[in-house]
Amino acid sequence: MLQTEWFVMLSAVLFILGAMGVLLRRNAILLFMSVELMLNAGNLALVAFAKHWNQMEGHLFVFFVIAVAAAEVAVGLALIVAIFRTKKSINIDELHQMEG
Amino acid sequence: MENYPQLVTLIVFIPLIGFVINLFFGARLGERWSGLIGSTASVLAFVVALLLWSYLINSGYESAVVNPPFLNGWITIASAKVDIPWQMRVDTLSVTMMLVVTGVGSLIHIYATGYMHGDPRFSRFFTYLNLFLVFMLILVTGNNFLMMFVGWEGVGLCSFLLIGFWFDKTKGVGWKNSNAARKAMIANRVGDFGILMAIFLMFWTFGTLDYFRPGEIANVHLAEEEHEAALVAAESGAASEGAPVAEGEHGEAAPAAEGEHSEAAPAAEGEHGEAAVPEVVFYNNDHIELRQLGVFGQAERMIEAKQEIDFGPFSLPIETVLVLITLFMLLGATGKSAQIPLFVWLPDAMAGPTPVSALIHAATMVTAGVYMMVRSNVFFYNAELTSLIVAIVGAATALMAGFVALGQWDIKKVLAYSTVSQLGFMVAAVGVGAYGAAMFHLVTHAFFKALLFLGSGSVIHGVEHGHHIAHERAGHGHGEHDAHHADGHGHDDHHEEEHEFDPQDMRNMGGLAKRMPLTYITYLIGTLALAGVWPLAGFWSKDEILADSWLAGIVDNKLAGFIAFAFLLVAAGFTAFYMWRQIEIVFFGKPRTDAADHAPESSPAMVIPLLVLGVLSLIGGFVMNVPSGAGIFAIFDLFNNWFGTHKFTEWLEHSVAHAHAADFQPLVAIISLVLALGAIGFARSIYGRGKSANVDTQPDPFENAVPNGAMAFRLANAKLYWDETYFRLFENPFNKLSVFLADTLDWRFWHDYFHETVIAKGFNGIASILSNPVDLGIIDGIVNGVGKLAQWVSGRMRLVQTGYVRTYAVTFLLGVVLIIVILLLPMVQQG
Amino acid sequence: MLMNSAITIASVVLFLPLIGMIVLLFLREPADGHGNNNLKWTAFGFSVATLVATIVMWASFDPATPGLQFVQQMNWIPSVGISFYIGVDGISILLIVLTAFIMPVAILSSFRAHVIHERGREKLYYAFMLLLEFAMLGVFVAQDLFMFYIFWEVTLVPMYFLIGIWGAERRIYAAVKFFLYTMAGSILMLLAILYVGTQVGTFSVPDIIAAVQANPNLFPFAGIFSTQSFLFLGFLIAFAIKVPIWPLHSWLPDAHVQAPTAGSVILAGVLLKLGTYGIVRFCLPMFPDAAANWAPFVATLAVIGIIYGAWVSYAQTDVKKLVAYSSVSHLGFVVLGIFSLNQVGIQGAILQMVNHGISTGGLFLLVGMLYERRHTKDIAAYGGIWKVLPVFGGLSLVITLSSMGLPGLNGFVGEFTILLGAFGSQILGFVFTLFATLGVIMAAVYMLYMFNKVFMGEVTHEENKTLEKLHWQETTVLVAMIVVILWIGLQPAPFFGSMDSSVNHLVQTVSSAASSVALR
Repeated sequence: MLQTEWFVMLSAVLFILGAMGVLLRRNAILLFMSVELMLNAGNLALVAFAKHWNQMEGHLFVFFVIAVAAAEVAVGLALIVAIFRTKKSINIDELHQMEG
Repeated sequence: MENYPQLVTLIVFIPLIGFVINLFFGARLGERWSGLIGSTASVLAFVVALLLWSYLINSGYESAVVNPPFLNGWITIASAKVDIPWQMRVDTLSVTMMLVVTGVGSLIHIYATGYMHGDPRFSRFFTYLNLFLVFMLILVTGNNFLMMFVGWEGVGLCSFLLIGFWFDKTKGVGWKNSNAARKAMIANRVGDFGILMAIFLMFWTFGTLDYFRPGEIANVHLAEEEHEAALVAAESGAASEGAPVAEGEHGEAAPAAEGEHSEAAPAAEGEHGEAAVPEVVFYNNDHIELRQLGVFGQAERMIEAKQEIDFGPFSLPIETVLVLITLFMLLGATGKSAQIPLFVWLPDAMAGPTPVSALIHAATMVTAGVYMMVRSNVFFYNAELTSLIVAIVGAATALMAGFVALGQWDIKKVLAYSTVSQLGFMVAAVGVGAYGAAMFHLVTHAFFKALLFLGSGSVIHGVEHGHHIAHERAGHGHGEHDAHHADGHGHDDHHEEEHEFDPQDMRNMGGLAKRMPLTYITYLIGTLALAGVWPLAGFWSKDEILADSWLAGIVDNKLAGFIAFAFLLVAAGFTAFYMWRQIEIVFFGKPRTDAADHAPESSPAMVIPLLVLGVLSLIGGFVMNVPSGAGIFAIFDLFNNWFGTHKFTEWLEHSVAHAHAADFQPLVAIISLVLALGAIGFARSIYGRGKSANVDTQPDPFENAVPNGAMAFRLANAKLYWDETYFRLFENPFNKLSVFLADTLDWRFWHDYFHETVIAKGFNGIASILSNPVDLGIIDGIVNGVGKLAQWVSGRMRLVQTGYVRTYAVTFLLGVVLIIVILLLPMVQQG
Repeated sequence: MLMNSAITIASVVLFLPLIGMIVLLFLREPADGHGNNNLKWTAFGFSVATLVATIVMWASFDPATPGLQFVQQMNWIPSVGISFYIGVDGISILLIVLTAFIMPVAILSSFRAHVIHERGREKLYYAFMLLLEFAMLGVFVAQDLFMFYIFWEVTLVPMYFLIGIWGAERRIYAAVKFFLYTMAGSILMLLAILYVGTQVGTFSVPDIIAAVQANPNLFPFAGIFSTQSFLFLGFLIAFAIKVPIWPLHSWLPDAHVQAPTAGSVILAGVLLKLGTYGIVRFCLPMFPDAAANWAPFVATLAVIGIIYGAWVSYAQTDVKKLVAYSSVSHLGFVVLGIFSLNQVGIQGAILQMVNHGISTGGLFLLVGMLYERRHTKDIAAYGGIWKVLPVFGGLSLVITLSSMGLPGLNGFVGEFTILLGAFGSQILGFVFTLFATLGVIMAAVYMLYMFNKVFMGEVTHEENKTLEKLHWQETTVLVAMIVVILWIGLQPAPFFGSMDSSVNHLVQTVSSAASSVALR
């Protein structure tokens, strides 16, 4: 049986990877995938702690997160496609219409 | 027998039924039935009055208190012990008034069926007359002052309605009639103020307004005397149970048996009555608690006890309270009985149809004030100061009105002032304590003054018709006469003629004695009765008043007596003079107009009442109330044998405690008789043998006949300028002040200036200050400032938004790191 | 803490007009705005039903009980002690009957009013009438200060629109003035109500009175600048404007002259009594010391009002204004009766409220009928109407006489009792009566002036010769009025009997609490 610490550490590593991806990549798709990575890092941590404390809430939250993530992916990809259609690019550095 | 007094409710309800029938169906019934119903109601009421009279005689003057059916109490406030019921009283005083009102009233109703013939509102006239009877009978039968007040105001209303009966006459006459009606009602209202105040005072002094409570004896002294007489008689064994008791000090064959005599017997008291069986016979009220007595009983006992009456902020001795009560009552009486200062409405009241003048403004209603004062004789007797004032007011009124009557041309105006004058006699009689004499004069005056008014109506009627006949003969044709009848009636109508013909102006008459013989004879009887010629009715009653005044002055040394005697004597002289002047101008000499020349005698409906009243005026005095004379005047005993001495006064004494019979004063009688005859002779010398004035031939013969005659005549003719003075003193200021209050003070100042200018404008001014500098500058400034600040801050803030996703992501990250640091920091510190 | 929620006849009486109003709203208004009998008769039917319910209530009313009857109490805002609390006692029963009687009369008299046909919106008109009835009844049955205040303000709304929509030329001005004046007074009352309610912890009137009796220093009285005085005045000023007590009357002639006939009838008949009722119901028992000490002052104003109102009436050239000012005079009697603070005076005052409602309501009906025929209110335009319309003249005479207090008719019983009470009052003394009785004379002066100029004399204007005869509806309302006039005038016992024990209770309350002045 693996120690909970390992799961947490893996989760942290995945999260940092995801975060680095979000900060460093320019491709919107990759950015998006990095975000998914961070989410799943979180999921992993939740499951790990749930197992550790022997409580169901963690599992429950994970299901929610998965569901939300699925929805997010659907909306996010649609947005990226739409942006690509208009801008012919998915480089996020070229997209700053939301500037205040 | 026991239920007899219950009839008294009928005496009110019968005319009420007549009123209701005529009110709702009169117009449909037609003249004949309408008049018949009205007159029948009156006659039936008279029959009831007769029955009550016979009841009183047969029951030994046992007064009764009756609660009418259907009406349970009136103003009843249980918690405050206010209980003013609808309750009627049958006693000698009220029955006297009932007899006069319904008796004279019936004759006048019958007369009116003739007089009002052809009037388009004939049935309405009888409606009002019956309503008048209702109220007048409420007035005299009520057992408390408030019920009296109901009648009092009610007859005022009827007077208003009847004076204004011809309110729709054209050419301004209608307005004049309406205004006369209003004047009467308002003058009476001023008097009513006095009555109301007297009632309030009485209520808070005695806790009740009842005259007498059931079972209470009105005249305790009389009852005690009779009781003693009965005892004496019983001891002597002469009297057996139920037989008449021999005379006491009164010298009267008391018709009462001992067992029945007490008025305390509770017979016929209706719902209010206590159920005591009359085993114990009371001859005074000592067994009744103070608060269970009526106002008069309480007053007498309070005087004995010298009680102080508590009125909240202050208290007054009972004598002072009585003076106040009686003074307020006097004010009321001056209104209704037309005394100085409120008499001015009565001469104007002649605007009403003549039967009204006879019934209301001569025989009955105007005597209500006298009735009230006689009813309250216990108060007046104990209020020395008021009695003096009453005597002065009455005597001065008698004198003043007698003087004004000397200079009138209108046949009804003369009689009106004569009425005022005669009422002055009655009031003065009250002032000198001659309550019996006042009532006696009231009754005889009702006879001869009603006679005179009806006679004058007959004359006016005749002259009016004569006028039309004359015009027909003169070729005006039938058309006008018929038109006159179709378009309505108009005795007092100023007809559309070249110069308006006034059928009431005595200068248009003359020589009517031949044209209207029956009217003439009865009028002559009335005149002589009024002038006080022996042995007609007026002689006895007037003489008794004069004798009482004389005695009050000489024997009791009262100022009131001297004043009354002096004034009344002169007034009596005036009376004989102006009445004979009237006879000369109206009936003697030659007709001065065509109208007078063609005047026909009136119809039987009008003449028969004249004849009946003529007989009453002739014999009414000695039949009712003849004094016992001595020496040569022993001739009176001739009458005494038939009719009894001072019958009327003794009859009254059972309800009027202080009605005493004065001894006959030969000197006074001779003086007054000589004076009357002298005045008649003087009048004949001035106006006799056709020396009367014509409308066109001013001046009046009087003006040249005596020194300063012109001035005196003008003064009398102008009615001493009372109306003008009142207008200047009261009416005009009242109107002006009213207009000032309404237009200037209330409307322009208070409504417009204060509320529109001060409040509304002030409000608007403040509002505009608030809206401009304050609101725009400060409030808006603050609000706008806040807005601008937010705008500026947000302008800075938006610069943060770069639009680059990566920037946001870094911010997130930094935020997360910051939060973690904050969360971890305490741990680090602990650790 | 649900208290007594069973439905009593009092709430039936209260809510019937409201139901009527709601029913009315569902009826269709004809396109041309008039001629719909359903609307009229529905409104009339509900007002008659209310009258019947009221009579049933009066018949089952126990006059021997001094306290409230037909009580219904339910929580409303319990946290601050506000409840739905209605009940009837001897003080309010007669006024409820009066309201229920005046309303059908007012509604019936509107059927033939030109102005309503002209301006249309009949549905709104009759809905407002029923809403007004609901609000007025609410004022009389409310036993909770807060509820009372709400009903009090609600009466303003329909009246405002009745004047403002169906009034005469200056209707907007008059409506606004009426609204603002009453509102201005109400605000002081609201403050006083809030203070009293929070201080005692409940808004229930009987509880407040009980608290005041248990602790006379709850609202300490020490002269005219003390808590109790201020509270008393807060209430009094609101009521005084409504009554109106002189000199706060200047809204009255405007409102009366501009209002439609039925509006004037209700205004004179009931709305003015809300003020005098309020004084009896709240000012006296809640602030007895202040009432006793302020009594001479208020009574002085009342007496001035009696004479002033009468005097000003006499100079009017507008019939309606004359009658309006006569209200100032008549209501002065009522206030005088109340502040004599004894049994007789207060009973007289309450009866006189009823009397004035009927007599002056009747006078406004007469004026309305004249106006319908001649379209003028100028006295000079009339004269000799009695000859043209004999029945109308006769009926008018009776109502006029009732208003000037002829014995045997209702006005006299009320005025006499008030004056008798004021005369015997320990606080006032008889000077007040002396002057107030002058008002009785002056009533005759202006009333007869009016009657004389309008009904008597010869017909001087051609237009007056062809006036339309009375419609049966008009005769009916006048005869209904006269029946009541005669009933109260001849047999006022049922009326005095209904209020006797309640008023006695009130007088006991006032005199036991009013320590500074002895009362009898």
